[in-house]
Amino acid sequence: MSSETRATGTARVKRGLAEMLRGGVIMDVVTPEQAKIAEDAGAVAVMALERVPADIRRDGGVARMSDPVMIEGIQAAVTIPVMAKCRIGHFAEAQVLESLGVDYVDESEVLTPADEAHHVDKWAFTVPFVCGATNLGEALRRIGEGAAMIRSKGEAGTGNIIEAVRHLRSILGDIKKLTIAPPEELYGWAKDLRAPIDLVQEVAERGELPVPLFCAGGIATPADASLVMQLGAQAVFVGSGIFKSDDPAPRAKAIVEATTHYADPSIVAKVSRGLGAAMRGEEIDTLDVKLADRGW
Amino acid sequence: MKAGVLALQGAFREHREVLDALGVDVIEVRVPDHLSGVDALFLPGGESTTMSNLLDSSGLFEPLQVLIHDGVPTFGTCAGMILLARDVVDGRADQRSFDVLDIRVRRNGYGRQIASFEADLDVDDLRGGRFRGVFIRAPLVERVGDGVDVLAEHDGVPVLVRQGSVWAASFHPELSGDLRLHERFVHEVGAT
Repeated sequence: MSSETRATGTARVKRGLAEMLRGGVIMDVVTPEQAKIAEDAGAVAVMALERVPADIRRDGGVARMSDPVMIEGIQAAVTIPVMAKCRIGHFAEAQVLESLGVDYVDESEVLTPADEAHHVDKWAFTVPFVCGATNLGEALRRIGEGAAMIRSKGEAGTGNIIEAVRHLRSILGDIKKLTIAPPEELYGWAKDLRAPIDLVQEVAERGELPVPLFCAGGIATPADASLVMQLGAQAVFVGSGIFKSDDPAPRAKAIVEATTHYADPSIVAKVSRGLGAAMRGEEIDTLDVKLADRGW
Repeated sequence: MKAGVLALQGAFREHREVLDALGVDVIEVRVPDHLSGVDALFLPGGESTTMSNLLDSSGLFEPLQVLIHDGVPTFGTCAGMILLARDVVDGRADQRSFDVLDIRVRRNGYGRQIASFEADLDVDDLRGGRFRGVFIRAPLVERVGDGVDVLAEHDGVPVLVRQGSVWAASFHPELSGDLRLHERFVHEVGAT
C-alpha cells in the first residue's frame, strides 16, 4: 500500500545503522570462530578481515580486500552486522563487498591504498561506508564523498592509544572552535580545512559531525575504551587489541561493558580485573609505516 | 512523567532528544538504581544480542521485567521490539526477552543493511498525515496475538503494535524527526 514511497540506500538509512551501533564495540575478526567469540562477548558488529592490523604490520606486503569465502563464512556464523574493508579508492573491491551483502564497508588505511588522489564515491553505493580521519578536514571530505560514519584513525595494530587520543582531540576541538566562530570566518575555515563550506556551516550550527563519530586504532584495554568514550567518541573499534591478547573472550566482554559504563570508574575497575596480558603494543616512534598518514 | 530510556547501547540519545522536545523528564538507564521513580520506559534500537548481554551483566533484566509486568508503560523500537516479544526467531539461543508482547518476530527479517529502507506509513488515528518509517535491519512481525492491536502495517506486515500499555515498532520513530508517535504514546499512557 505504501510501496511507492519506499527508498533504500538513503543517507538516513545509512547513518541510521551507525546510530544503532552507538555505545557499542566493533571487533576485528579473522575466522568464524573469532566472530562467534565476539558476538558472545556482546560486540555490536564484527569487521571481517584476513589479518588483524598487527599482523599486516608485521608481515608487510600489499594488504587487500579479504577472500569472499572468508567473509561469507563470518556472515554465516553470526547474526550481528558484518563489516569488511576495501582499499582506499578501490571502488571495485567496494562493489564486490556490496554484492556480498556486507552491512558496512570500511574504506580503510589499514589496507594498501589503491588510489593516491581519490577516495571511493560513496554516494554511488547502497551499502553504507565508514572512513577514517585524523582531523576535521579529513572527516568532512569523507562525509562530502558520502561516508555515513567517521572513525578517528588512531594508529592501527599498535595497541597504543596516543594517536587515537590525538585524532579525537583534534576533530572535537576544531568542532568546538567552529561553534563559536562568526559566520564570516567559516569560509576561511573551509579553505584551511579543505572541506566543503556547507558541511563546515552544518558542523558550526550542530556542534557535531552530521554522522556518528567512532574511535579506532590502539584500543587494548577497558580503560582505553572508557578514555575515548569520555573524550567524545560514540563507539569503539577494537582491532588487534582483543585477539592479540592472552585471553580474548573475557577481554572482549570487559571492553564491551567498559564502553557502555564508560562514565562509571567502579564498573571499569570491576571489569578490568584479572584479564591477563594485553597485547604487547608498539611505540609510535619505532614504526616503519604510519597507517594514519594514508588517505587524503 | 519521568521516562527511563534504556541506555546500554544503541539509539538512546535520539529517544531522549524527542522526549526532551516534548517536555518529558528523561533519565538514561544503565544500572538498576536509575529505575527509581520511572513511570514510563523506552527501549531503543541497537543490537538486541548486545543489549541482552548487557541487561544480564548490569543486573537490569529482572528489575526491568518486574516493572514492565507490573504495567509501567513501555515503548520498544526495533531491537526494543525484540526485547518485548514473546517469540523471537533467528535470535541467539541465550537471547532473553521480557515476554510481554504477544507477537512473533524474526530478527533481521527484512534482510541485511542493503535492504534497509524508509517508507511512508498510515498510522491509525494519527493526525497530520503519513509517518515516515525508517527500517534498519528491522525485525519482521510474523504473528500477532488476539490481544494485540495493529496500529500500522507496511506491505501487509504489522510494523506498529500495541498490547495494553506496551507499544512496539519495527521501525525507528526516533530517527525521522517526527514527534507524533512519542507524543501519542506519552499522551495515551499518561492518561491511563
